[in-house]
Amino acid sequence: MMDKFLKLLEDNATLTPEQLAVMCKKEVGDIKKMIEQYEKDGVILGYKTMIDWDKTDREYVTALIEVKITPQRDRGFDRVAERIYNFPEVQNLYLMSGGYDLAVLIEGKTMKEVAYFVAQKLATIEDVISTATHFVLRKYKDKGVIYGVVDVDERGNCGQ
Amino acid sequence: MIDYTSVLSKTVTGLKKSGIRKFFDLLNDESMKDVVGLTVGQPDFVTPWHIREAGIESLQKGKTYYSPNAGFTQLQFEISAYLKRRFDLSYRPEETVVTVGGSEAIDLAIRAIVEPGDEVIVPTPSFVCYDPIVRMCGGVPVILETKMENNFKITPEELKAAITDKTKMLVLPYPNNPTGAIMTREELEALAPLLRDTNIVVLSDEIYAEMTYDGEHCSIASLDGMWERTVLASGFSKAYAMTGWRLGYLAAPAPLVEQMLKIHQYAIMCAPTTSQFAAIEALKNGDDDIRTMVEEYDRRRRYIYEGLKRIGIDCFEPKGAFYIFPDIRKFGLSSEEFCNRLLYEHRCAIVPGTAFGDSGEGFARISYAYSVKHITEALSRIEAFVKTL
Repeated sequence: MMDKFLKLLEDNATLTPEQLAVMCKKEVGDIKKMIEQYEKDGVILGYKTMIDWDKTDREYVTALIEVKITPQRDRGFDRVAERIYNFPEVQNLYLMSGGYDLAVLIEGKTMKEVAYFVAQKLATIEDVISTATHFVLRKYKDKGVIYGVVDVDERGNCGQ
Repeated sequence: MIDYTSVLSKTVTGLKKSGIRKFFDLLNDESMKDVVGLTVGQPDFVTPWHIREAGIESLQKGKTYYSPNAGFTQLQFEISAYLKRRFDLSYRPEETVVTVGGSEAIDLAIRAIVEPGDEVIVPTPSFVCYDPIVRMCGGVPVILETKMENNFKITPEELKAAITDKTKMLVLPYPNNPTGAIMTREELEALAPLLRDTNIVVLSDEIYAEMTYDGEHCSIASLDGMWERTVLASGFSKAYAMTGWRLGYLAAPAPLVEQMLKIHQYAIMCAPTTSQFAAIEALKNGDDDIRTMVEEYDRRRRYIYEGLKRIGIDCFEPKGAFYIFPDIRKFGLSSEEFCNRLLYEHRCAIVPGTAFGDSGEGFARISYAYSVKHITEALSRIEAFVKTL
């Protein structure tokens, strides 16, 4: 039940407690309490809107940066990770297995801005051994949502 | 000059145009673009990607030939395994025929069994095809009107009253389109004694079997002494959101299959090959897809049922399929008037209950194969309309 409820909210955060209550066969009060508890426990961290910025005038670029670092004796990768994720430009940060340590997804207004961020802010952090920057050319899918496709009901009035 | 009226078969020209078709024709007009409809009788999900991909892959590999008449053996094997796994039904692969949608399975069963003068018991409200196919065979549809007070189920008393010595077939359309009614094992058990020692064949249309809520679907063929007198018609359209692939199947005892297969062979040859390859993938790896879709329908079912109750419309709580069949009798309008006024005055489309038989008078069919947002908007239009009545 718990997982299904969270999945339902993850797929559509606009559902009201009243709608959720009917759909999940629960009392409205219980739903509100559940959400509150999830928020308190940090299971639900926030509510955002999926926006295809490519359809707006906004100028931006996204880059995926592979970062190799030297882990610190006591805190492993966490201290460096913290220094990186605190930059508002950083959208996503993952510790990876394989050929590099951290995958940093950053957003900037221009390629120049991203290059500046990598050179001046990321590469200069002590413990960062190397970086490799890959610019995103096009976003096809993010968080399960396909970009560039508008959901149209094409079923028409066919069948019985 | 050719005189078409004398050319055409009187049996066919005598058939009534489908009521739902008439209503849909209204909606297909350009002026209806702003209408919010809850009319569609097919899933709003797209066929799961791994199933679509199996179809695509078969095309890429050039598998564009005919299949055997009854369908690919592997698909028959998978259908047989699926029926066992999901509904505890024992059919050998050769006791199945792959058809062009569940509709062809219904057509084959009726055509193989019904002769002129034979009576076929057709419960209504129900899917629109049984009556005309029976008539095309020269058979006589005997309408059994199910009632809201019986939750639109067939009672033993009603069945007993409908059976005569001419009865050849009973159509059992559960889970039901348009009412959302189901019949439980106990309720089917109560009908079985009226059928067991007869030559009446049951045509069990189980196309919505997977869309059963608050319990498991029970097929009448799983009851003692009923397997040998049942033709099970089903398909992939609803369970796997595969309507456009046009693929269904029937399962029945060998002597029946042998004859139905003859009609299929002469009329159709075989079901579409691409669809059959997709269906094999669906049956092998699609159980989770069904579960996900059914859970979503179930949530919408509760939502629309509560929504209609909240705005003061009486409803039988549907237990199957993806339709709800509200009772609109208290508003004093005929089904058609109600739906037409809702359409023209409040730009919301639902289907008059009479499209599914005269016993649908006083009701309307609402499909909840739509997003919650869409359903919410439609409900607010229905609410605005009923406030004016």
